[in-house]
Amino acid sequence: MDPQRRSPSPCSSRPASPRTPPCEMLGSVGIEAVLDQLKIKAMKTGFEFNIMVVGQSGLGKSTMVNTLFKSKVWKPTPPALGGPVPQTLQLHSVTHVIEEKGLKLKLTVTDTPGFGDQINNDKCWDPILGYINKQYERYLQEEILITRQRHIPDTRVHCCVYFVPPTGHCLRPLDIEFLQRLCRTVNVVPVIARADSLTIEEREAFRRRIQQNLRTHCIDVYPQKCFDEDINDRILNSKIRDRIPFAVVGADREHLVNGRCVLGRKTKWGIVEVENMAHCEFPLLRDLLIRSHLQDLKDITHNVHYENYRVIRLNESHLLPRGPGWVNLAPASSRQLTSPGPVKVCEWTQDDSDDEF
Amino acid sequence: MAATDIARQVGEGCRTVPLAGHVGFDSLPDQLVNKSVSQGFCFNILCVGETGLGKSTLMDTLFNTKFEGEPATHTQPGVQLRSNTYDLQESNVGLKLTIVSTVGFGDQINKEDSYKPIVEFIDAQFEAYLQEELKIRRVLHTYHDSRIHACLYFIAPTGHSLKSLDLVTMKKLDSKVNIIPIIAKSDAISKSELTKFKIKITSELVSNGVQIYQFPTDDESVAEINGTMNAHLPFAVIGSTEELKIGNKMMKARQYPWGTVQVENEAHCDFVKLREMLIRVNMEDLREQTHTRHYELYRRCKLEEMGFKDTDPDSKPFSLQETYEAKRNEFLGELQKKEEEMRQMFVQRVKEKEAELKEAEKELHEKFDRLKKLHQDEKKKLEDKKKSLDDEVNAFKQRKTAAELLQSQGSQAGGSQTLKRDKEKKKYLHPPWLSKHWPTWLPHQSPALQSVVFPGPQSHSPFSEGSKRRYLMSFPLASSLALSSYDSLKVTALKLCEKSATSLFTPSPAHKTRLLEKTA
Repeated sequence: MDPQRRSPSPCSSRPASPRTPPCEMLGSVGIEAVLDQLKIKAMKTGFEFNIMVVGQSGLGKSTMVNTLFKSKVWKPTPPALGGPVPQTLQLHSVTHVIEEKGLKLKLTVTDTPGFGDQINNDKCWDPILGYINKQYERYLQEEILITRQRHIPDTRVHCCVYFVPPTGHCLRPLDIEFLQRLCRTVNVVPVIARADSLTIEEREAFRRRIQQNLRTHCIDVYPQKCFDEDINDRILNSKIRDRIPFAVVGADREHLVNGRCVLGRKTKWGIVEVENMAHCEFPLLRDLLIRSHLQDLKDITHNVHYENYRVIRLNESHLLPRGPGWVNLAPASSRQLTSPGPVKVCEWTQDDSDDEF
Repeated sequence: MAATDIARQVGEGCRTVPLAGHVGFDSLPDQLVNKSVSQGFCFNILCVGETGLGKSTLMDTLFNTKFEGEPATHTQPGVQLRSNTYDLQESNVGLKLTIVSTVGFGDQINKEDSYKPIVEFIDAQFEAYLQEELKIRRVLHTYHDSRIHACLYFIAPTGHSLKSLDLVTMKKLDSKVNIIPIIAKSDAISKSELTKFKIKITSELVSNGVQIYQFPTDDESVAEINGTMNAHLPFAVIGSTEELKIGNKMMKARQYPWGTVQVENEAHCDFVKLREMLIRVNMEDLREQTHTRHYELYRRCKLEEMGFKDTDPDSKPFSLQETYEAKRNEFLGELQKKEEEMRQMFVQRVKEKEAELKEAEKELHEKFDRLKKLHQDEKKKLEDKKKSLDDEVNAFKQRKTAAELLQSQGSQAGGSQTLKRDKEKKKYLHPPWLSKHWPTWLPHQSPALQSVVFPGPQSHSPFSEGSKRRYLMSFPLASSLALSSYDSLKVTALKLCEKSATSLFTPSPAHKTRLLEKTA
């Protein structure tokens, strides 16, 4: 069964119904105080953010995470010299609490060492998909409990940053396969890693080619065009979409440039400043991920991707699907034991834009 | 396929990592707020109280608008709930406000069941939300939340204590909704009475175990103000939409001969406190309490009632999917049974209808046969009649030929008699009455005419036109021919009479007119 996926808009403006007449208010009532109340509540409950970085080893994923959050989230693991390449794709997760101006953020970073490192990389995305689905499953199980917790711990991956190696040509088949599969499940932000090996012109050409590739293969990366609500969002997001994938450089060492202390990479021919827009697009990535679209990432994950997963799961529950990496949290019934479900590599069909937004 | 190895390094008690610089996620609350603003807020208030306690006026005063609606009468047969939704906008914040008001509460003679419609209404809102949540394809983020966030219970200002109706209703509602009791029309109570009244009410509520909503005191920014407000419960409020000029400002007030009560004066009533608490400080908390406490309780009870459990008797975690499956199969089975039943009923009905139709058809056939038989009988009778008439005509013809035969025999017998005969014949053929009326040169020997007009030798009496006509009419076929020829002959005769009136005979004018009349 090919599941149909519907992606409704995460939040739409209030429908104007004839039942709700707008009322003139003669004086101040104080409704806008509810915004402050919201803020206070949010500060109290705290925030969570789960990010996953995917890419081949040596592309600077761990360094990038450290640069993004300006802390030693990850210890970058240098490749063991002469040591065995890990035969299996392993996912590592670390959780930290970072605090800024009284605001606590529980950050979970998931790394995927070993991705695309084998000779035969067939189906190397399956463990990743399995992990993402497992987080959805965990949330779903919590949600359908009878007595559920006041605040369900959110471990779902909100954003997946995909590192494209700076070949300068176009997307490789592995990249295309991975992006195609993951875009339906999670918000994917592709970036060009180690962009300091490309000149500005090469970067632009590479970017255009990647964008063309994405369009050809119908890969919908974040920010998705179909979730733009109003004209402001669309303008903002189209500017971002124009620059995707960002060409980023990661660095966690500080150097002295013109008397200022900046994060950068020191080379013989100069210092690549990470936060300099002329050098790389790291600020754009940081702004997108943290400063402007963090809540949006979470909302889309909750309202769209999670709902899609839930629909499929509840619909297929009587067929008992056995996708790769699917952990069965239900006790085995006699039916399951006698008839082993077929191993399904779920084929997602693309939904066309005939949905209402 | 490679197995996944997930190593989760930290569970609870994650280590805090110091930041080396400004990351920028302190804008998160602003992002959240912006999203909420674009979505809009919704707030639902339920006003429970007897008719005439000023519920609508208080709502108008609280939100500074005039919500339309006429006051309810006291003659409602039962308690009903009237719900209205309004869109309020203040600066950039939009609020979808729903005000639900009880109509006819406390007006009946027997008030035992007064609380039931209210409880049912609240449950219905929870049910609607639960149904939406349990749907497979759901749109929770755009769902218009209709659950009641706050219930304002209006207490009548008797000054003594709570009425038993109030106690019973509040007891039923306290586990379902956040109750905020208020003393309505408190300008009827003096200050000293008010304090005594408030103490009495709170003690009664506590002794009866009624859980009213307590403003939250866990967050330090609002703990202080909420704490003090909690001591002022229940609020004594006055509602008024009229504005009066006091001093040099226009303010909402009620004017009495002995003074003016200002609504927004804290010394006069607790309206300002109510507004602060309800809207400006705790609106979000009210919504959260509704969702996390009251709704969860309802959901738990409902799901347990439906048969879902978290753990089965062997204390192994039950999967909701399995229960879903079981229920689904059950449901499908039921549906199938119903379908079968319906099909059977349908077949039966069709059979009955068929039988009925067959009966009707049979009846129709019988009727048709009957009618046909009747028709045939009639036809036969007519044919018999015709036959008899034909026989009579034949008999008559025979008699005529016999008479002619006799005449011819008579003429052969004596020549002398011929003249006499002739005369007689003439007389016979041209009776005196006819010579008067009939010119001799007209053909009078047409056999039809003779046989018809001239009767047998028996009768000599003149026949009136009418009797002749009647005689003619009894022989349809022949008579029509005869009649027509007779009529035409008569007409021509008259015409000729007219032409040569003097030469042949002069009918008297009276006679002429009689002739004319009769032919007309």
